[in-house]
Amino acid sequence: MNLAIHTQNLGRIYKIRGGKKTDPKELEALRDVNLEIGQGELFGLLGPNGAGKTTLIKILTTLLAPTSGQACITGFDVIKDPQKVRSRINMVSGGESSGYGLLTVRENLWMFSQFYGIPSKEANRRIKELLKVVGLEDRLNTKSSDLSTGLRQKMNIVRGFMTDPAVLFLDEPTLGLDVGASRDVRSFIRQWIDENHPLPDVPSGDASRGEGRGEGRTLLLTTHYMVEADELCDRVAIINEGRVLACDTPANLKRRLQQDVIFKMEVSPLNGLSADNFEGLPGVRKAIHAPKDGSAELDLILEKDDALGGVVNMMTSNDVHILNLQKREPTLEDVFVDLVGRSMEEVEAGEQ
Amino acid sequence: MNTTKRTSLNIQSLIPNRATFTRTFRVAAWLGWQIESNWTDPFLFAIYSIVKPLSGAAILVVMYSIIINGAFKSPIFPYIYLGNAFYMYVGGVMTGISWAIIDDREHYKTLKYMYVAPIHMPTYLLGRGVARFTVSSLSVLITILFGVAFLHVQIDLAAVNWGLFFVSLFIGVIMLAMMGLMLAGVTLLIAQHVWFIGDITAGALYLFSGAIFPLDVLPKYLRPVGYFMPITYWLELLRRSLVGSVAQAFPTLSRFSNTELMGILLGLTVVFAIFAAVIFFWCEHRARERGMIDMVTNY
Repeated sequence: MNLAIHTQNLGRIYKIRGGKKTDPKELEALRDVNLEIGQGELFGLLGPNGAGKTTLIKILTTLLAPTSGQACITGFDVIKDPQKVRSRINMVSGGESSGYGLLTVRENLWMFSQFYGIPSKEANRRIKELLKVVGLEDRLNTKSSDLSTGLRQKMNIVRGFMTDPAVLFLDEPTLGLDVGASRDVRSFIRQWIDENHPLPDVPSGDASRGEGRGEGRTLLLTTHYMVEADELCDRVAIINEGRVLACDTPANLKRRLQQDVIFKMEVSPLNGLSADNFEGLPGVRKAIHAPKDGSAELDLILEKDDALGGVVNMMTSNDVHILNLQKREPTLEDVFVDLVGRSMEEVEAGEQ
Repeated sequence: MNTTKRTSLNIQSLIPNRATFTRTFRVAAWLGWQIESNWTDPFLFAIYSIVKPLSGAAILVVMYSIIINGAFKSPIFPYIYLGNAFYMYVGGVMTGISWAIIDDREHYKTLKYMYVAPIHMPTYLLGRGVARFTVSSLSVLITILFGVAFLHVQIDLAAVNWGLFFVSLFIGVIMLAMMGLMLAGVTLLIAQHVWFIGDITAGALYLFSGAIFPLDVLPKYLRPVGYFMPITYWLELLRRSLVGSVAQAFPTLSRFSNTELMGILLGLTVVFAIFAAVIFFWCEHRARERGMIDMVTNY
């Protein structure tokens, strides 16, 4: 298989300068990341904020040097051959309002198309076509400073797809978008991959056509939305604290928990009980407690249905009332909990 | 664990092919002009382009007239006036190029997308400087015309050495662009005070390049700084080409012929160009190692 992305023992340590009274620190953002992503694959990196997803994307897009290990895009080393890598990739980061506000949407996109060597006529055609896909066709001549953050994000998504790269990196592409817009973007991403797999070989030397794209376009998507990863990706790598904990198809990842029973409970406040109390009960593998206004949510991963009895008994003896109880299929969130021991929200709260 | 891995770089990847160079330069120049001329009203833009340089010159003229009691016919006056006028290129071209890094990184947040694109970054920065060069040229021309019309700056068009003037101007602009590239590299590595680095550099060079006073005025131990600066020779050549007699009234560089000065300017430009390329790529390399390419400083 021709690999679109290949990393070997990739590591990155940030050195954080200390203040007047503090010593410098080292933060290990990535550790021994080994990934093999085939051409034509839609690959997801799933993890909480601060897990190392963006650091990995920065390395793969030549913006950041790794501290150790090696990374290649379509066979080219990101450090030794950055120019060759750049002519084959593009990137979109979500949750930011980048762009030249003084230029119109069309001018912004046209300018980037020219940097990629796309003929002007072809660029204008692609711009119109893609703006229509994201529902921005009526803003063609609007200054980008007059766009809302969400609309700017859509413009940037067009910027990424417009150049038809061999490998496209989308870093939290739906961050900041409303529900409808997120859905549109997700369906477009899936469509883009499906329609362009596989592609015929293209002659080298033409940056606008995405050199070396013999087996379809590849997309690496980072997200901390479980549904997004589950719905879109062919394979998902779950990443936390800079390490890849698991990498497989969403179905296979969830199959890890097929033996387990998963319950979601809504209960009255736990009256001093904690998730640890439940995890101490026989047959309870994991318990995640999320307090809410006037109630609490409890997610339980049990080895067998029988273990629920112990949980209910503990609640009853502590005057905790069950408001709602659902047995459900495992999700990627459950896989994350199983691997990390905490929910993504808890990990993010801990980081803060 | 290896925390000090040094990354090697393919030198060939630093040199653009012709197609990359052309499209990068052309589009960057277009973008630069869109930013520079981004004024709601073109009339206001024109007024600004005239008023700003004239105000700067007026301040200098007022200061001069107070100190020298209005002796506008003294050769020191055209020396100062022309030096000041052409020095606008230093602020325009040199700081204009480095400013593109700050603008893209901090304001438009597009620097990382430029770095991900298959462009040649130094060419992009030089392209962004074209608009600043154009605006500066307009300012310099207006300032000189104003001086000739109203302040007795005597330029005899028939006696002007046009060949020397245009060749010097051309080499000087390249030299300033290279210095701008050097500054852009340093800017990549700076978080704090990044907004002022261009002004600080241009201000420091103002003192050491003979722009408003001959180098002899400086203490002996500071003069070598001026002699090492190509701007010193560039300004001298421009003065000589426009008002030869004025330039000869000051002894600092009078022992050099025009050809010798041109040779020094060319030599120093080559040295600075090599320095600029090395420093820029080194800074870029360091910025990539330290994760500073897409940093937003929030300062």
